[in-house]
Amino acid sequence: MTILYFAWLRERLNRGSEEVNPPDSVVTIADLIDWLAARDAAFAHAVAKRSLIRSARDARLVPHDTPINGASVIAFFPPMTGG
Amino acid sequence: MAVRVTMERFDPGAETNAFLAAAGGAGAAVTFTGLVRSTPDLPVTTLTLECYPELAINQLDALIDDANARFDLLAATILHRYGVLQVGEPIVQVMTLSAHRGAAFQGAEFLMDYLKTDAPFWKQETGPQGTNWVEAHDADDAARARWK
Repeated sequence: MTILYFAWLRERLNRGSEEVNPPDSVVTIADLIDWLAARDAAFAHAVAKRSLIRSARDARLVPHDTPINGASVIAFFPPMTGG
Repeated sequence: MAVRVTMERFDPGAETNAFLAAAGGAGAAVTFTGLVRSTPDLPVTTLTLECYPELAINQLDALIDDANARFDLLAATILHRYGVLQVGEPIVQVMTLSAHRGAAFQGAEFLMDYLKTDAPFWKQETGPQGTNWVEAHDADDAARARWK
């Protein structure tokens, strides 16, 4: 599974993407955030305020309670500021 | 093409003319262009927009479907740039077409209000004070909420 990061989240993590293989116990995007945070202090710090982290599953905007089962790409990013 | 997400600079006049040329018998067209802003209080030299293009296209396509259904639009187009932009350059252009002006104005405003908060672009401003990520504004959430 590919994880993408954008904007200040990408900068704080020093990477725009990574490949991960979460265990079966990681069911939702919220679980994935917890799992990534447990193995990486920089990630844990960057996502400390969960309400500032938006997520997408296979290029569809989804809430954190969305299952990740079968997904190819999960993206994490801050609130959007386009227009 | 109803949605275009691009690093290339676009010509707002040419885009408007192409949109109007396909208007058929529609009575009203509204175009809005958002430009890179710099003010004496908040001087900006360049604006860098980061984008997640696949998600942006999905989000903007869905927004246009929503706007067409809500306001009975005959056509709607959104252009949005990303990359490094200079002051005064166009960032975004929204164009709507309908039988009467009310729907065209409302549709354009709806699309702008939603894309500010729902399209995956992130602005980073560079000026004399350094480089900073633009924070999301509560006012943008409030503007979006009035369409519920």
